[in-house]
Amino acid sequence: MPEPLLEVVDLNVSFRTEAGLVRAVEGLSLSVGLGEVVGIVGESGSGKTVSMMAVMRLIRDPNAIVEGRVLLRGRDLMQLSQREMREVRGGEIAMIFQDPMTALTPVYTVGWQIAEQLRAHGSVSRRAARNRTVELLAEVGIPNASRRVDQYPHEFSGGMRQRVMIAMALSCSPSLLIADEPTTALDVTIQAQILELMKTLQREHGSSILLITHDMGVVSDLAERVVVMYAGGVVEVGAKSDVFRDPQHPYTWGLLGSIPRVGRPRVRRLAAIPGQPPSPLAAAAGCRFAPRCRHRFEQCAVRPELLPRVAPERADACHLEPAVRSLLRLEKESA
Amino acid sequence: MLRFLGRRLVSMVFVLFSISVLSFLIFFATPGVDPAARIAGKNADQATLRAVRKDFGLDKPLPVRYAVMMEKLFITRDLTSYVNRGAKVIPQVTQAAPVTLSLVLGAAVIWVILSIAMGLLAAVFRGKPIDTAVMIVGLIGISMPVFWLGEVVNLLTQSRFHNTAVFSWVPPLGYTPFTQSPFGWFKSLFFPWLTLSILYIGIYARVLRSALVEAQEEDYVRTARAKGLTERRVMMRHALRTSLIAFVSLFGLDFGALVGGGALLTEVVFGLHGVGKLTFDSLQNLDLPVILATVIYAAFFVVAANAVVDLLYAWLDPRVRRA
Amino acid sequence: MTEAFADTAPVRAAEPATVGASPWALARRRLLRNRVAMVMAGVLALIVAACLCAPLYAAHVAHTEPFRSHLDATTLVNGKRVPVMEQSSTGLGLGVTPIGPTWDPRHYFLGADDQGRDVAARLLYGGRNSLLIGAASALITCFFATSIGIVAGFFGGFVDGILSRALDVVWAFPVYLLAISLSTVLIAKGFAVGPFRLESGSLFLPIAIIGLVYIPYVARPIRGEVLSLRQREFVEAAIGLGASTWRLLWSDVLRNVITTAIVFFPLMLAIDMLTEAALSFLSIGVQEPNASWGTIILDGQGLLYTRPAVALAPGIAIAVTVLALNVLGDGVRDALDPRAKLRRTD
Repeated sequence: MPEPLLEVVDLNVSFRTEAGLVRAVEGLSLSVGLGEVVGIVGESGSGKTVSMMAVMRLIRDPNAIVEGRVLLRGRDLMQLSQREMREVRGGEIAMIFQDPMTALTPVYTVGWQIAEQLRAHGSVSRRAARNRTVELLAEVGIPNASRRVDQYPHEFSGGMRQRVMIAMALSCSPSLLIADEPTTALDVTIQAQILELMKTLQREHGSSILLITHDMGVVSDLAERVVVMYAGGVVEVGAKSDVFRDPQHPYTWGLLGSIPRVGRPRVRRLAAIPGQPPSPLAAAAGCRFAPRCRHRFEQCAVRPELLPRVAPERADACHLEPAVRSLLRLEKESA
Repeated sequence: MLRFLGRRLVSMVFVLFSISVLSFLIFFATPGVDPAARIAGKNADQATLRAVRKDFGLDKPLPVRYAVMMEKLFITRDLTSYVNRGAKVIPQVTQAAPVTLSLVLGAAVIWVILSIAMGLLAAVFRGKPIDTAVMIVGLIGISMPVFWLGEVVNLLTQSRFHNTAVFSWVPPLGYTPFTQSPFGWFKSLFFPWLTLSILYIGIYARVLRSALVEAQEEDYVRTARAKGLTERRVMMRHALRTSLIAFVSLFGLDFGALVGGGALLTEVVFGLHGVGKLTFDSLQNLDLPVILATVIYAAFFVVAANAVVDLLYAWLDPRVRRA
Repeated sequence: MTEAFADTAPVRAAEPATVGASPWALARRRLLRNRVAMVMAGVLALIVAACLCAPLYAAHVAHTEPFRSHLDATTLVNGKRVPVMEQSSTGLGLGVTPIGPTWDPRHYFLGADDQGRDVAARLLYGGRNSLLIGAASALITCFFATSIGIVAGFFGGFVDGILSRALDVVWAFPVYLLAISLSTVLIAKGFAVGPFRLESGSLFLPIAIIGLVYIPYVARPIRGEVLSLRQREFVEAAIGLGASTWRLLWSDVLRNVITTAIVFFPLMLAIDMLTEAALSFLSIGVQEPNASWGTIILDGQGLLYTRPAVALAPGIAIAVTVLALNVLGDGVRDALDPRAKLRRTD
């Protein structure tokens, strides 16, 4: 298998607080190949955003403890100096965030802000930067780009602002784009447009994408591989079609089961996963999902490791026998 | 834009009018207080009192009295003081203005530069000792009464250490016009500048620090960092620029108030004959025409400053502009 | 000078109560844990206690009457009996200079002023007035500002229009000038309307004046908060809460507004004390025979170069008290709005 573009090995992020040590991310490992789109799915508080901020080394809290390795083309980002990391940020890895309304500095034009990034990563003349900026804006579908380049962020709608963010992120041709809930704050119709845009750009630029979302629909639309996170750790990994067709972890069953599906008999109630995610303070010893799992048994007092149990390209963190799983899942769905 | 200006102008006139009415009421119509006795000063005789009553139409109804006052102040501009017999009021104000202006401008330069530097330091090194040190200095600055600080400065520079090399150049209290001697002007204002600015440094350093700390948590600053910009650029270009909006609008208001005579305590303590001192002296003598003139002059500057600040706000914060 | 404490942004709407403890209890706990604020509260308590003991000090420790001239008095210094007003070539021009600090609490601890009075005793008495005026005027300001802010923000429309205009006009008058103007007019001759009389020496005059001029400073943020709360609540209520809407609205608004007023109080106390000192220094604040820290600084002005203790002591007293109030005020604000604290200290 070719070397992955990004490999996260055993990432831990904890915070010292008045109330104790909060483990936001525990033992996270994942990889992203060249040109691959990987979706990270999980509910709020699962640690998805914190882990990506840690990858970019954007966590500034002096009470934060980050451990583990993050290998970009074999180079451990955790060992880089501040200056080297700055070259990586925006240059090799770019990140776009959830709320386009507040993500751009209100006092500068969008053109200025994109040009700023271009000039931070290479000696580009002002004129060249401006031209490139106009090109980028046009590429992401901003009409009248040469005029709008001198407008301020508040003069753009939410969807347009997200396009600007995408343009800015792609400006230095990064090999990896991390997108943290890029469509969550947008209208449904705009969501679809942005996802289409991302698909197109990904094909054209060949960049990898790490897409963070809690929306299974978004994942199914865009991602090739899926990483399911729960309570700070990974519970299932696999190709999208595999995971959707044949999910292995009870949490994934819950996630998928709570989506209303077109074409199937209408269920009276959407299945919600009962219970709440555990508080990140209470570091339980066993499987993190066990308290909410209908199928827990004595073995679950030992934390299951993320291992391939069903197929080589898939992994899950559950003690249940693979053979039993499909039965249990079907039983759940017809209930 | 023009409509905005027009509206502001109307609002300014309205406020100035209200202030003139308010001042008039305070000085000439407070129940239990005899305006004629006030105007004529403390030791006036019956004849003067009668003359005052006639001249100011004090036997006429209130609105007429108000009109007479305003006419003397603005139109004929021959409002005279009844304490310094015959001295015209308006020239006194116009002569005092440059002194106040020199004092306030110099202090403003000092306090803006220092408070930005200190606010930046405190925010960048948030939580470290230098942050605490800056904040303590700021706290002390706003806790000392400015007139008392001035007295202490005088004690040190004019008396206790006056004979040492450090302070022997300090001139006796008073103002030297710039046209007379630039260096003398500077020397006479140096310590007043420092005294006046200490208070404002304390205020503005804290304001800027808290604005910067807030800005650091904003989404757009996180974006800027994710772009790979240097921390210095993130702070100066993104965080500071946005924080300056609040800073500048506050500054405009304070500056306007100071130019209008708000520096009166500093002027009194350092013997500078600015508008503030003029106001104070006229208060001591109950020289009401002068008081009235200075109060309206002061109000004018406050109101003008408000309007300028609104305009500045629009220039600094594109979100406020209307297309 | 009046925008002195302008970084007191209004406290945001309180977060929903954590299960089990009321927001007030939580806030009190947070405040008590704030060591620096607690130290400052202790300092304040000491100052207040000392000032309250003024009569005790004057009668039993210093054995002096601080409100009468003692130009011919004598006192004991290091066992020797010396005149309180010493012969000297410099000083008041009368050829006499008051005695300087003896550092002996029983005999003119901080020396004498130009009337031969014990400065230390006057300092304590003056502190009573300064603190009283500061506290009373801050109360007046906070009370009226809260009322006006609530009425204006809640009712909106015409009522709001009038009140806001009134606030704007009062605030357009530079604060110190307004205070000075009112003081000049009223202090000299007192104030009489119908049966309501205030003598010119009454302490209530400075209290009322200082309380009045700062009302817009507090009323405007409160009005703004009420407005934004009202908007937010109305949107939620539109989804349908029924007849209890008004009561919920009212209790929520009141709770948040009171929080803001509480945050403002110590800061207004500090500002008001500084304002009173300035007015007294200009002879239009506290009048003879009463004393305040401001009047003592004025007393000390003539003696500044010869007996600086007279002017220095009250200034230091003011500075320490105001500093403690500021720190405590910051602590109160942090306790009531934990989000602000998280942002500040990270």
